[in-house]
Amino acid sequence: MPSEIRTAAFDPWQETQQYQQAHLTDGKYGATASFVGTMRDFNQGDDVSSMTLEHYPGMTESYLDKICDEAKQRWDLSDCLIVHRVGEIFPNDPIVLTVVWSAHRKASFEACRYLMEELKTRAPFWKKEGLSKGHRWVDKNTPG
Amino acid sequence: MSITVKFFARLREQVGKGDASLESASNVQAAWDQATNGMAMPSNTLCAVNMEYVDTQASVKEGDEVAFFPPVTGGSHAQ
Repeated sequence: MPSEIRTAAFDPWQETQQYQQAHLTDGKYGATASFVGTMRDFNQGDDVSSMTLEHYPGMTESYLDKICDEAKQRWDLSDCLIVHRVGEIFPNDPIVLTVVWSAHRKASFEACRYLMEELKTRAPFWKKEGLSKGHRWVDKNTPG
Repeated sequence: MSITVKFFARLREQVGKGDASLESASNVQAAWDQATNGMAMPSNTLCAVNMEYVDTQASVKEGDEVAFFPPVTGGSHAQ
């Protein structure tokens, strides 16, 4: 499947390489665009020590796959991949990885952005930040 | 067969439970009203039936799973 939910830390570069070796054909693509979102240790003026990512099992996977399918319909892509963390994470941990492979760079750049923007508005994930003064739900995403 | 109702994230905490089971409900709004004992639905609430986004007037039938949750905040660490 082009999308995966992970409950433990993942290495985005290793994921990219493994997926590429398993699903792509050497010489058939000329562009690989990827985006990695990692956790910051600050937000809205507060130190953030941890974050808990919740999701809706079933619906989240379905929407990530749907978003990948849409990208493949809109652009001429060789393949795409989304990996997203859930559970408790800490600063510098990767939260999300999106990768797009295509023959030429325009399609992979644009589709990589599309995957991120669409997942941020449609895939059911929620973040709760751990602060020194307690916990705080993240209410909205910033514009990309 | 019955209707399963699920609440996620902040809404789960506000409602005080993660799921509920209803014998019947005509639509999504009615499912919310029954499952929350008439609590007002926050204006930014998102609704899904069988894991597809719908509005509050969408119909509900036996065996459906109805979910309520706040705006989604996945992806990179945002505001």
